[in-house]
Amino acid sequence: MSTIESSSRMKTNTTDISEVLIQYIYGIADNALILGQRLSELCGHGPNLETDIAGTNIALDLLGQTRGYYQYAAQLKGGDTTEDDIAYLRTEREYKNVLLVEQPNKHFGYVIARQFLYDMFHVMLLEKLQNSQDPTLAAIAKKGIKEVRYHQRFSSDWIKRLGDGTPESHEKIQEAINTLWTYTDELFHMTEADKKAVDMGVGVDASALKGEYYTRVRELLDASTLEVPEMKWFQKGGKQGIHTEHMGYLLADLQYMQRTYPGMKW
Amino acid sequence: MSDKEIKNLEEIFEQRIARDEKIEPKDWMPEKYRKTHIRQISQHAHSEIIGMLPEGNWITRAPSLRRKVALLAKVQDEAGHGLYLYSACETLGISREELYEQLHSGKAKYSSIFNYPTITWADMGAIGWLVDGAAIINQVPLCSTSYGPYARAMVRVCKEESFHQRQGFEIMMKLAQGAPEQKELAQDALNRWWWPSLMMLGPTDAESVHTEQSMKWKLKRKTNDELRQQFIDQTVPQAELIGLTIPDPDLKWNEERQSYDFGEIDWDEFWQVVKGHGPCNKERLDARVNAWEEGTWVRDAAVAYAEKQEEKKLKQAI
Repeated sequence: MSTIESSSRMKTNTTDISEVLIQYIYGIADNALILGQRLSELCGHGPNLETDIAGTNIALDLLGQTRGYYQYAAQLKGGDTTEDDIAYLRTEREYKNVLLVEQPNKHFGYVIARQFLYDMFHVMLLEKLQNSQDPTLAAIAKKGIKEVRYHQRFSSDWIKRLGDGTPESHEKIQEAINTLWTYTDELFHMTEADKKAVDMGVGVDASALKGEYYTRVRELLDASTLEVPEMKWFQKGGKQGIHTEHMGYLLADLQYMQRTYPGMKW
Repeated sequence: MSDKEIKNLEEIFEQRIARDEKIEPKDWMPEKYRKTHIRQISQHAHSEIIGMLPEGNWITRAPSLRRKVALLAKVQDEAGHGLYLYSACETLGISREELYEQLHSGKAKYSSIFNYPTITWADMGAIGWLVDGAAIINQVPLCSTSYGPYARAMVRVCKEESFHQRQGFEIMMKLAQGAPEQKELAQDALNRWWWPSLMMLGPTDAESVHTEQSMKWKLKRKTNDELRQQFIDQTVPQAELIGLTIPDPDLKWNEERQSYDFGEIDWDEFWQVVKGHGPCNKERLDARVNAWEEGTWVRDAAVAYAEKQEEKKLKQAI
């Protein structure tokens, strides 16, 4: 093989690896961005000041994590790409978050159920991602895991309070769990990029977390006097960029300034 | 207690204030002192949480991740200020529920500035720069006010406010130095927020009903007109620095007074908004009432759960 051929093949390999990593990062970071965006809608509208502040804290953590991931992805993309290009300038089909995190804040029960169902997964994911052979991803996960454990404690405590609080709260949180349950299975689906990232030793095999996830969730729901929904059919699509109808409105808000005033610095 | 005894206590109380001693919750205080403080501290707390709404309006649309995080953190700080201030107010023997009730029924007032709409991103800059700037001028003297819990709350509030003000000015500066459309956004925001910010420092001294008593109790150290002049003198050079024009044709430097002369404030507008007829009075109050009412079942659940846990503990103890 000539030197030119070999160097060109190496270049292709590096580009491939970067592209896999970038797609893998979107699969994790888009969840943090979209959930952070949803939570930030609630700032100033919480049931009391203490929960308002706690919800905002979680949003801040998630957006902070998002920035870490996107800055890394921007670096991999190279050129002039910035974290904001990634956050704001993709089309809806290019966002790879799971459907669960884009679901609207119908009432506080939905906010808590969505958070709980995601946090339980998020903790397990970051526990494993800390061992990634990619040092940047491992570092982001190490920092994030402390925050996410706090999120999980917050949402689990509220699941218990609402589940074992009043008949009204029990009914409301059960309704939210039942509605959002259909989006849980997608958390464990593996995209092509996910599989390649696992093969490269940088990604986490999310499909392997499924059994433990449902065991942990079931335990907490039991302890909160809540029923575990029986469901055969699950929704999916977010990881392929096929979102629910809620997503377009969320992005319209998110992207408003960047789309209205293209190319400006803020 | 006889009238004579009360008069005696009042004298001792006034002397303590004159000596700059702090009054603490368990100390004796005249009823009027207690009431005035409940009124002022609660108004201040209400202003913080109502103040979350106009800025909260732009969190989801902030133009960059850095700005989004900073704005979110700022609005969260305001919730924190609300918490310290409600706690300070509660030490005067009134409950948080009663305070909310006064806000929701319209009995208690909050700063009128928050009844103006935030219609562009530049309003986030203008609010930080001007509204927080005016608030700091109002609030710094309160760090040494006579009522201990209020003074201590204000020390924390002021530290964060000055950070917010710099953040707001930085947003404006970036816009003013940006593309023509951005500069236009900045100038437009200044045009809309300038006069309401001047009004924020309160009615003119001649119209201000509480000034005299408040000065005596160190709830106020300067009059409204003095504070307003200080705000103008401080802000005009900042506007010049970033190339924006203060929307007041009568504004000019007065060499003799070493201060700016400024144009007539539209006090009719001020009283209209104070009396509940500003552009967003209804929206702001509705948003607070809705959040509170929609949160009832959540707060009830937390109480019921805590009671059940307490019962369980008791049973285990037996």
